[in-house]
Amino acid sequence: MALDPVLLSRLQWAWVIAWHILLPAFTVGLASYIAVLEGLYFFTGRDIWFRISGFWTRIFAVSFGMGVVSGVIMPFQFGTNWSRFTDATADVISPLLAYEGLMAFFLEASFLGVLLFGRWLVPTWAHFFAALMVAFGTLLSSFWILATNSWMQTPAGYQLVDGRFEPVDWFAIVFSPSFPYRFMHNVNAFYITTAFVVMGVGAWLIRRERAVEDARMMVRMALDLLIIIVPLQIFLGDQHGLNTLEYQPAKLAAIEGRYDTARPTPLTLFGIPDDDAATMRYAIEIPDLGSLILTHSWNGTIKGLKEWPADQRPPVAPPFFAFRVMVGIGVIMLLVAIAGQFLKLRGRLWDSAWFLLLCRWTAPLGFIAVIAGWVTTEVGRQPWTVYGLLRTADSVSPSLTSADVTASLLLYVAVYLIMFPTGIAFMAGLVRRGPREPEPQPQLIESGRPNQPFENAARIAAQS
Amino acid sequence: MVLDLVPLWTALLALAVFYYVVFDGFDLGVGMLYGLMPGEAARRIAMSSIAPIWDGNETWLVFGGIGLMAAFPLAFAIIIPAVYFPILMMLLALVFRGVAFEFRFKHPAVRRFWDGAFCGGSLVATFAQGVVLGAFIQGFKVEGRHFAGTSFDWVAPFPLAIGLALMFGYGLLGAGWLILKTEGDLQRWARRAGQVCLIAVLAAILAVSLWTPETHADIARRWFSWPDIALLAPVPIITALIAGGEWYALRSRHELLPFLGAVGLFLMSFIGIAISLWPMIVPYHYTLWQAASSPSTQAFLLIGTLLLLPVILMYTAWSYWVFRGKVGDSAGYH
Ligand code: HDD
Ligand code: HEM
Ligand code: HEM
Repeated sequence: MALDPVLLSRLQWAWVIAWHILLPAFTVGLASYIAVLEGLYFFTGRDIWFRISGFWTRIFAVSFGMGVVSGVIMPFQFGTNWSRFTDATADVISPLLAYEGLMAFFLEASFLGVLLFGRWLVPTWAHFFAALMVAFGTLLSSFWILATNSWMQTPAGYQLVDGRFEPVDWFAIVFSPSFPYRFMHNVNAFYITTAFVVMGVGAWLIRRERAVEDARMMVRMALDLLIIIVPLQIFLGDQHGLNTLEYQPAKLAAIEGRYDTARPTPLTLFGIPDDDAATMRYAIEIPDLGSLILTHSWNGTIKGLKEWPADQRPPVAPPFFAFRVMVGIGVIMLLVAIAGQFLKLRGRLWDSAWFLLLCRWTAPLGFIAVIAGWVTTEVGRQPWTVYGLLRTADSVSPSLTSADVTASLLLYVAVYLIMFPTGIAFMAGLVRRGPREPEPQPQLIESGRPNQPFENAARIAAQS
Repeated sequence: MVLDLVPLWTALLALAVFYYVVFDGFDLGVGMLYGLMPGEAARRIAMSSIAPIWDGNETWLVFGGIGLMAAFPLAFAIIIPAVYFPILMMLLALVFRGVAFEFRFKHPAVRRFWDGAFCGGSLVATFAQGVVLGAFIQGFKVEGRHFAGTSFDWVAPFPLAIGLALMFGYGLLGAGWLILKTEGDLQRWARRAGQVCLIAVLAAILAVSLWTPETHADIARRWFSWPDIALLAPVPIITALIAGGEWYALRSRHELLPFLGAVGLFLMSFIGIAISLWPMIVPYHYTLWQAASSPSTQAFLLIGTLLLLPVILMYTAWSYWVFRGKVGDSAGYH
């Protein structure tokens, strides 16, 4: 296949969104964590919460900043590269995107300033409130963007007029069939991702004997959360898969690596898919298990890809492998969470060097699982942008040439390869510095508020 | 008969765009002036003065973009591909500029790079926005519902000139902001910078006012035919008055007036462009009504917008209020 504008635009979209999603994957969870810490500090007044919160807030600031700049790029992609998609679908999806802006982005952006810079300018309760609002904003953001994406996956509540989608029922549009599953599975994934990072950083600090009290608290909090949400995630993933079987059977066939319809269906553990020959090579299969997992009965039917004309099948390899990566990581995470609880109950958590090391090595797993999950979702949806109705090839901006998109793609690649490594290095530096004692802050902004120094002095006195 | 929401959406979108231009305009302006400022202390103060609020300001760009997509999707689908590269330049420049706020490394060489990124990013983003505006006024080649030109149609004298002009315009806003938020040497420096920008801005306004009627007969007719010329005469007259006031304000001891004057000049230019192009949203091809989204779409979004916009303005005001007053010299929160 030549490098036509469609393929290049798809690559460009994949590149910018995959980097963007890494940041919400972290900041959605972290914002909620900071809100919890701020709440604990507000209600108990204990310094430990202040220190942990301050530590993560500094890291949050950097990741959030990168989330915003990579996010601002996203909606413009709809116009620059996918203008025909926009023309066809805007009546339906643009209000969802606009609601994301109205409800979430403004909320986050306005309260973020107070959260990051306002520690000494507003009372503790207002700082807590700002943290709550930022966390709420990130969840609203996820709500609306996933509603948009879910509508593209499982369109509902529309009518087609001259090839353009027109809204009929807004409730059906926002709550399209795959939305509840996608939303829960995805947000839970973000919490898991963050918890693994918090746990890994805590473990690292413990091994370096830096701020050990704070670090132990981080590990304990993460472990207690994970033992609940990792099993939950696996359950939600199963439910999500059943929903996919119902509404996007071709995607599910790709995930399972099924070319031929079978009843009962084996579970393909591994193999090398060959799309041209429409067979799975070197397949390792477990009889009947596919039916059991997917239809919850021993001999349910799963349709194979050959039921669809060749030009309506997704490529099998990316969803097939990505899905296995995601599920594999889910299983590893479950083992880590169980091991951690076990050690904790036996009171051996802090002297199990191997476990602390394991925490460090598993810290980035959530990010990989998130990307893998999305590759499953999005490539499995091909060749459609709006499932079954609008083809990806008919979505791209007609005026673009290959040279145009090659140039822009290369620029995005170059800029992201500068920005993201720098950001990660910068955050690593913040981690290395560790949590710090509360210190009286020099006033950022002095004149125009005669009583501010007064309040500061009172607060510092109250803390010591 | 359904209520016609197009005028309301036009007004809302115009407001959002204007808000964006003023608010991100001043912080982009501060970013450009940053490169010229004397001394590290001055730069730190300048950056601190916008660090807590730039994110909120940039959000209006997102809202402006998505608002256009929601209210006038056809315009979005035609205009944005037509300015593919200016938009790309703007977005990448905003990336550099945005992360520069965070990446305030201690290492001097790395720091110099991100200082450059902050200033250069502000400059390129501003220039690109000007080019988009210029290309918009110049008009696009359209076939059916698609942009039919090439991705380089914007490389023409008029859009490039508007790009340059906007740099001085945002510079003027930025100077006004610095006068408001700083004291002493930096404030005096900002006043001088403001005067330079003002002269350039006035030259640009004059040039555009002669250039567009020269090249677009419709626009010339709108402004210069009787009785329109009498009805529209207040526009240039008020602009001239504001320009005089701004010059005076920059040289006086007023602290708020220079910023307000700059906003006034932007408002008048904005009104001028609106008069020239009304009722076109894809200039010379589609009117606001032809490009509008379905009434149901506009209604669905309007409900939330009318409820949420006042709330947004309220907490935006709160966050400005928290950071009110002059900015002292401090390294920020790291
Ligand atoms: C920490 C991350 C994480 C973990 C451990 C898992 N997932 Fe997942 N999964 C995601 C993160 C994720 C995701 C990135 O959030 C996706 C992409 C789109 C979506 O809604 O969630 C996703 C999508 C996704 C889909 C695609 C549905 C579709 O789009 O049609 C299925 C079927 C599953 N997951 C199933 C599972 C199962 C059975 C898991 C059991 C181990 C599992 N996931 C663990
Ligand atoms: C699953 C997919 C996505 C999720 C969950 C998500 C979530 C978020 C979140 C939580 C933020 C706040 C910044 C941060 O926390 O780092 C953000 C920023 C942003 N996202 Fe996404 N996003 C997703 C995909 C997209 C897409 C496809 C678009 C384009 C339409 C987009 C547009 C934006 C924009 C414009 C911002 C910047 C907002 C600002 O200025 O404050 N996002 N996103
Ligand atoms: C945030 C996590 C997401 C990731 C990692 C992701 C990933 C991808 C990938 C890899 C592709 C290319 C698939 C291919 O061409 O084979 C794609 C396509 C696309 N996705 Fe997503 N996506 C995400 C979320 C979203 C969201 C939230 C939306 C809508 C609001 C969206 C809309 C699209 C569109 C319009 C395309 C281009 C057309 C196409 O190739 O299907 N994506 N995405």
